[in-house]
Amino acid sequence: MSKVEFNKETGPREVFCGLTSIVWLHRRMPDAFFLVVGSRTCAHLIQSAAGVMIFAEPRFGTAILEEKDLAGLADAHEELDRVVNDLIARRPEIKTLFLVGSCPSEVIKLDLATVAEKLNKRFLGQVRFVNYSGSGIETTFTQGEDGALKALIPLMESSNEEKLLLVGTLANNVEDRFKKIFRNLGISNIESFPPRQSTELPKIGKNTKVLLTQPYLSDTVRDLKHRGCEIISAPFPLGIEGSTKWFLAAAKAFKISEHKVHEIISPLINRAKLALDSHKEILKGKRLFLLPESQLEISLARFLHNECEMDLIEVGTPYLNKDLMKEEINLLPDNTKIVEGQHVEKQLDRVRESNPDLVVCGMGLANPLEAEGISTKWSIEMVFSPIHGIDQAADLAGLFSKPLKRNQILTSKTLVMH
Amino acid sequence: MELTLWTYEGPPHVGAMRIASSMKDIHYVLHAPQGDTYADLLFTMIERRGQRPPVTYTTFQARDLGGDTAELVKKNIKEAVERFKPKTLLVGESCTAELIQDQPGALAKGMGFDMPIVNLELPAYSKKENWGASETFYQLTRTLLKEKVSSSDKISPLRWRELGRRPKVNILGPSLLGFRCRDDVIEIQRILSEQGIDTNVVAPLGASPDDIERLIDAEINICLYQEIAEASCEWLKRNFGMEYTNTIPIGIKNTIEFINEVHEKLDLPLTNKEELENKSKLPWYSKSVDSNYLTGKRVFIFGDGTHAIAAAKIAKEELGFEVVGLGTYSREMARQVRATAKDLNVEALITNNYLEVEDAMKKASPELVLGTQMERHSAKRLGIPCSVISTPMHVQDVPARYSPQMGWEGANVIFDDWVHPLMMGLEEHLIDMFKHDFEFVDGHQSHLGHTSTNTNNILNSDEKKENNPKEGIIWTESGRAELTKVPFFVRGKVKTNTEKYAILRGIPEISDETLYDAKAYFS
Repeated sequence: MSKVEFNKETGPREVFCGLTSIVWLHRRMPDAFFLVVGSRTCAHLIQSAAGVMIFAEPRFGTAILEEKDLAGLADAHEELDRVVNDLIARRPEIKTLFLVGSCPSEVIKLDLATVAEKLNKRFLGQVRFVNYSGSGIETTFTQGEDGALKALIPLMESSNEEKLLLVGTLANNVEDRFKKIFRNLGISNIESFPPRQSTELPKIGKNTKVLLTQPYLSDTVRDLKHRGCEIISAPFPLGIEGSTKWFLAAAKAFKISEHKVHEIISPLINRAKLALDSHKEILKGKRLFLLPESQLEISLARFLHNECEMDLIEVGTPYLNKDLMKEEINLLPDNTKIVEGQHVEKQLDRVRESNPDLVVCGMGLANPLEAEGISTKWSIEMVFSPIHGIDQAADLAGLFSKPLKRNQILTSKTLVMH
Repeated sequence: MELTLWTYEGPPHVGAMRIASSMKDIHYVLHAPQGDTYADLLFTMIERRGQRPPVTYTTFQARDLGGDTAELVKKNIKEAVERFKPKTLLVGESCTAELIQDQPGALAKGMGFDMPIVNLELPAYSKKENWGASETFYQLTRTLLKEKVSSSDKISPLRWRELGRRPKVNILGPSLLGFRCRDDVIEIQRILSEQGIDTNVVAPLGASPDDIERLIDAEINICLYQEIAEASCEWLKRNFGMEYTNTIPIGIKNTIEFINEVHEKLDLPLTNKEELENKSKLPWYSKSVDSNYLTGKRVFIFGDGTHAIAAAKIAKEELGFEVVGLGTYSREMARQVRATAKDLNVEALITNNYLEVEDAMKKASPELVLGTQMERHSAKRLGIPCSVISTPMHVQDVPARYSPQMGWEGANVIFDDWVHPLMMGLEEHLIDMFKHDFEFVDGHQSHLGHTSTNTNNILNSDEKKENNPKEGIIWTESGRAELTKVPFFVRGKVKTNTEKYAILRGIPEISDETLYDAKAYFS
């Protein structure tokens, strides 16, 4: 492991909670509905993060707890039953219904597992119910996906068939590209989790080789291991380097030669390098500060340093699983400062002191930092844009070069007035 | 339990944040778990604020619940006071903290600070955002002025005469995330100043706690948005005898009525009555011949109470529309909205469910919708033109240009914003006249009832072109499949670029790989 500097910080945080991950999960599985059992705050959070108004009727909603629900838990269970019945009558096309716990439902100890079990019996063969918590007291942002996937594992049948299982939500076009490349490598049995239809869950077992596409799936990985799956240790497929090592690790697990991998992906690498050049020109030597939010920060830092030659001031992450991140941390330059957790005020003090060229942060902080003259990139865009894989390396770099380029345009005088 | 897919108002503590963020020298310590900081982005993204809201979130976690969350509250209060040095501290809790009953307000008061502390109790499971804003502004006003209650005589609206100065008024209610408040304040101050009336304090927008203490230097209060300011105005009336205005100056008639009301309350003679009719272009624009086609246009109105009622009056009396639907999500103003609806012979729709609003809209088959951002989306789906008149809003409702809703300029803005989505009269006439001519391009319809670009059409037109390939280039199945995965709004460009690349390189068949080669080449 390279000599990185680990720090922990506690205090007030400026991050999303796990409910936010519903925003991309519901798009991944169009036959599923996500019902948050929570407060008006939960409903307002999701609609503010998701730009909900563009949907005629979104596939997620909130059963808002009211005063009378807090008075008696028995009534709350009955009320939830009623809401679910209404919902299923209204949306008969729904195949899986996720009951999503929130801060208030966790605090009043609403037992969503029991509710889900009862509903499963009643709607047997029609709708499946699973539950997980996306509450802010337990989860940050992307950890919501970890909870949702973990909740699906018990529904996955067992099979000893050899397969490659890609775990973590990917943009559909990126997933297709990956599958094509793996087929070219000679791996024919490839499945994804989460699948595109909630009812088409992959079968798993001791010959399932799991390759993670996202770094925030600690609990899912643990449960997949319990089911006998082999976890392929690799960095994450962000940038050329991460993706190459990721393909190599998968190939090794399937006893495919390195030579073969290089043969297939070299043309991709060559054109990606070409595409990356214009971004690197802008990013090179610029100083980067990453605030914690998506758990993608360490992989992004590795990509932006190793491939775009940016200097790393501080790499924040809401949560650090050193085991899962081992391969990534090994690729970081020595003395990288990693900070797990957050005290947002102290961290912003450090941002101002270090005078970075670019800060990766949440939407609540971006404009205030811009107003102080610091260029920013909002982190939520990383989970909405197709950024994985060799072919997307330049697009990923583009997310960071764009604000710098814009700043350069707006501060330079290029036209002489005649 | 209420199934909600989307909500017009946030929770009450977001209302409190609107007051805190609108003001200076105030800090709000909010006992809340991680995630509740999402509310910051409403201010920094929708309002494009260059400052963070002055809010410290205690960020308690599940593991804190077994221990001492009260200590965590105190630690955060201490740090916030040391760092931000507010002149007044607001302390409250969000929905989850309300359940664990740490009573952060009481804790703060026991910490020995000498600044005023406002303990906000905003029931999250029964109240909403506007109520929270109103309650916060009221509690703040009460806390900062309660000591002056007994020592002060009742304020006479005629006091300015004895003091030998121009009359002074306060403008109460404008806040961040309110609809066009920034510009309404400028417009109203301009109108008052023209009438020889000075503004003492505008609050909460831009005010400090010191300004709140100065409220009683004015003779009367202008209650500009009832949702936010009525409770405070009522308290100031009860305790200091300060009269307040009821008329909301949106539209020509209401603006004149408002000026009259202010003059009557202050016993100030109105000297320029005749001029007032001509201060805005709306009356003449509405009378000009081109506006004949506006007559009887069916309009559906939904929004907060203040803006919905005002819109109904303008639509009916100043533009000659027919109001075919009127409603609000503000339960606090349901009574007034119902009364207005009755005058218009329609049934008022009081609901927080946007799907119900969309259904009512569909049934009313209006030609124009005046609503919130949500009605704009519903109207778009139904192919009906829409203008936004009320919160909840979007970044586009905070325009760079001066665009109030109130006063003379507000009436001008309203005329343009409501009439432009409808087709200009002459243009409608011409389209009708020439629509059978072969020169008339299909699709050059009016902007009336435009639906958004249809993805299928683009796909189809793409396919048409693909049957007609440039210079013998062929799109293979994989290439075509890859192309359909490109978002429709850039698909045309990707297609052209890839073909250009193929020609350049002499590639006869475009596969998915060619697409990516071209992408890399042009990036």
